[in-house]
Amino acid sequence: MTWISTNLDFILSLAWQHTLIAAPAVLLSLLISVPVARLANATGWGRKLIVGGSSLLYAIPSLAVFVILPGLIGTRILDPVNVVVALTLYGAALLVRSSSEAFDAVDDELLTAATAQGHSAWQRFWRVELPLAGESILAGTRVVSASTISLVSVGALIGVQSLGTLFTEGYSRSFLTEIAVGIVGTVILAVVFDVVLQGIAALLMPWTRRQAGPRRTRRSAAPGTARADDAVPTPDPAVATAGGTR
Amino acid sequence: MATHPFRPGPLSARLPEAVTPRRRAVLGMLAAAPLLAACGGDPLSSASSTPAADGASPGGAGGVVRVGSANFPESEILGELYAQALEAEGLQVERKMQIGAREVYIAALQDGSVDVVPEYSGNLLGYFDKEATASSSEEVAAALEGALPEGLTALTPAEAENKDSYNVTAGFSKEHGITSLADLAGYAGTLRIGGLPELAGRDYGAGLSGLTEIYGVPQEKMAFTPISDGGGPLTVRALTDGDVDVANIFSTTPAIQENGFVVLEDPKGMITAQNVVPLVSSEKVTDRLRAALDAVQKKLTTDDLLAMNAATMGAEKKQARQVAADWLRQKGLV
Amino acid sequence: MIASLIAWFSDPDHWSGPGGVPARALEHLGYSALALVIAVLIAVPVGVWIGHTGRGRRVVVGLSSALRALPTLGLLTFLAIVLQIGLRQAVIPTTIVLVVLAVPPLLAGTYAGLQAVPREVVHAARANGHSTGQLIGQVELPLALPMVVGGLRSATLQVLATTSVAAYLGLGGLGRYLFDALAVQDYTTMLAGALLIAVLALAVDGLLLLLQRLLTPTGLRAARARV
Repeated sequence: MTWISTNLDFILSLAWQHTLIAAPAVLLSLLISVPVARLANATGWGRKLIVGGSSLLYAIPSLAVFVILPGLIGTRILDPVNVVVALTLYGAALLVRSSSEAFDAVDDELLTAATAQGHSAWQRFWRVELPLAGESILAGTRVVSASTISLVSVGALIGVQSLGTLFTEGYSRSFLTEIAVGIVGTVILAVVFDVVLQGIAALLMPWTRRQAGPRRTRRSAAPGTARADDAVPTPDPAVATAGGTR
Repeated sequence: MATHPFRPGPLSARLPEAVTPRRRAVLGMLAAAPLLAACGGDPLSSASSTPAADGASPGGAGGVVRVGSANFPESEILGELYAQALEAEGLQVERKMQIGAREVYIAALQDGSVDVVPEYSGNLLGYFDKEATASSSEEVAAALEGALPEGLTALTPAEAENKDSYNVTAGFSKEHGITSLADLAGYAGTLRIGGLPELAGRDYGAGLSGLTEIYGVPQEKMAFTPISDGGGPLTVRALTDGDVDVANIFSTTPAIQENGFVVLEDPKGMITAQNVVPLVSSEKVTDRLRAALDAVQKKLTTDDLLAMNAATMGAEKKQARQVAADWLRQKGLV
Repeated sequence: MIASLIAWFSDPDHWSGPGGVPARALEHLGYSALALVIAVLIAVPVGVWIGHTGRGRRVVVGLSSALRALPTLGLLTFLAIVLQIGLRQAVIPTTIVLVVLAVPPLLAGTYAGLQAVPREVVHAARANGHSTGQLIGQVELPLALPMVVGGLRSATLQVLATTSVAAYLGLGGLGRYLFDALAVQDYTTMLAGALLIAVLALAVDGLLLLLQRLLTPTGLRAARARV
């Protein structure tokens, strides 16, 4: 325990470096996979390619990708960017697959209805498909976030610092406390990411909140959208009652 | 996790028209949020405020000295000694500890990922000059000057030394009468040797090929177990457990004395002198940097290394940073 | 790079002896199979229970995502020290780490498979006088089997790719090529090792895909469509 208090600065700086690698990787995988999944769904072979390609990528060990990347993209070998790029690839591989399934699950009837109401394909995507697929995409993003945070630590083997540094350093001197702090820190970081993701999702997709808090909280959280709020029927009756009981 | 994207409700409620204004605002945020976040903390943007990102910025910028280390505790202590001595001199320092084996951090020095790395003279010489025959500290230091490639400079070697050493247990030594590397060739069975994975591929210094070429141990009589723990606890344990007969452990490892291992003698000087020496990217060598590091080099002894290793690896488990700070203060260098 | 890779693969030295590709691939398969068998023995019964009763789903889902966030490298080094193992038993921490990795997808596949069995089918089986044991063994599990194998496939992919970490503790397997090459910055061997692992994983995945197709009862698709 004294080790933790005397080295708190060190641990926190590693956690911060861990975050700086994981956060961009998760965000980039989301930004890449949603459009790719939607476009691939438009063609039959596109979906097959995604399913096959994502398992192919997952079969390649992360350590090898970390080491080989600098040769492929021209970065320096100790550059954290190598780890960010590799983890983005892994994250996108997983997320493109679940996003593709999410878009696929959107009811065709609704799409037809939207078209009948005069929505262009672009409008239909933003107003109908994406909101409806949102919850599944969120679920996929949460999985990607957890596994990305766990994988960042492998970077320690190639000299990219993160909470994983506590594992290699602790191991080389048989120091359990240090390793345990690294494990607990990684899990805490994963939980924090998860809470943040869910928070963002609750703001963006209020209809997904099963146990919605008092409506007032929601309004103050998103003041810009408050005025429109009353005019918007919540799409899911179950959620509407849950939110309205307060 | 629910995968239903949408709970079925009355169709009228599901029609897109009704949900437009709110959704549009919300979706705008969805699109913008990750971008904003990415601008804030993305290593790709190489913002100078992020310590992790500086590897991406052009070398030499702002006079930051990046101090690295190999992936074993002593190297990190030495790296910290250098880093803190440079900081005391008023230089701006960034740490890149625990990079990996020599092959990795030399590459990192050469591509500008790191500027200063603690080295060991003999192995460094052998890395760049496979034919090097220098063995004593002085010979190695002299040979090193000519052997380093353009762009790398070795500063003053310290008296402190830490070599590879091949160890056997006292029992094994007694039973087979083995006290020297020269005795290994006479061993009847297959020698099970444990050590860092790089030993198998190294044709210099303590690499396994030296045992064959210099001490005549036939290759087929050696079974090598690579252990990636920086010559640390697992290697020691493998030897005490009898999983290997011979273990390559760094000579300043406290466990050698603790376990009463027999360090095999090296009469033919296969394992060359290994004085601690800072290896610096030449463009970063300034008078201030040289003065700060030389001050450390002048006072550093092998006993200091042993004591500092005991502090990080022993019961105290002090961090390299702390151990280095204590030593520098004790020697009046900060 | 391609040329040196070809040279690596055509070097007969890389194909024979204890360090050769066949031996390393067998070790790799061995560690992975051991972990997967243990994971199946744990995850499938638990998954069946959850899927059948519908109880404990929340707990298990939460636990699975927590397991997912556990860093493999950290768990491995932690266990290696805490179990006080020497080289001889390095297979124990390695196997535990791989089991932890394999359980979440297997569990998810199993309970999702059971839950996807249409309620009418379950009621019909009950009406026919099936006992709980018969219901699970003869109706629910067979119908869920394709999804169970689906879970097994993703578990297998991850385990085969991650078995490389065994080499960190001094064990064999194809990961040996990665760690040995990492130590000396040998890109060719590193790439060759990565390729071999990927090819092995995809080959095994292909076999499991075949199994999945064979296990899908005829008429299941029709049953699904009705839901």
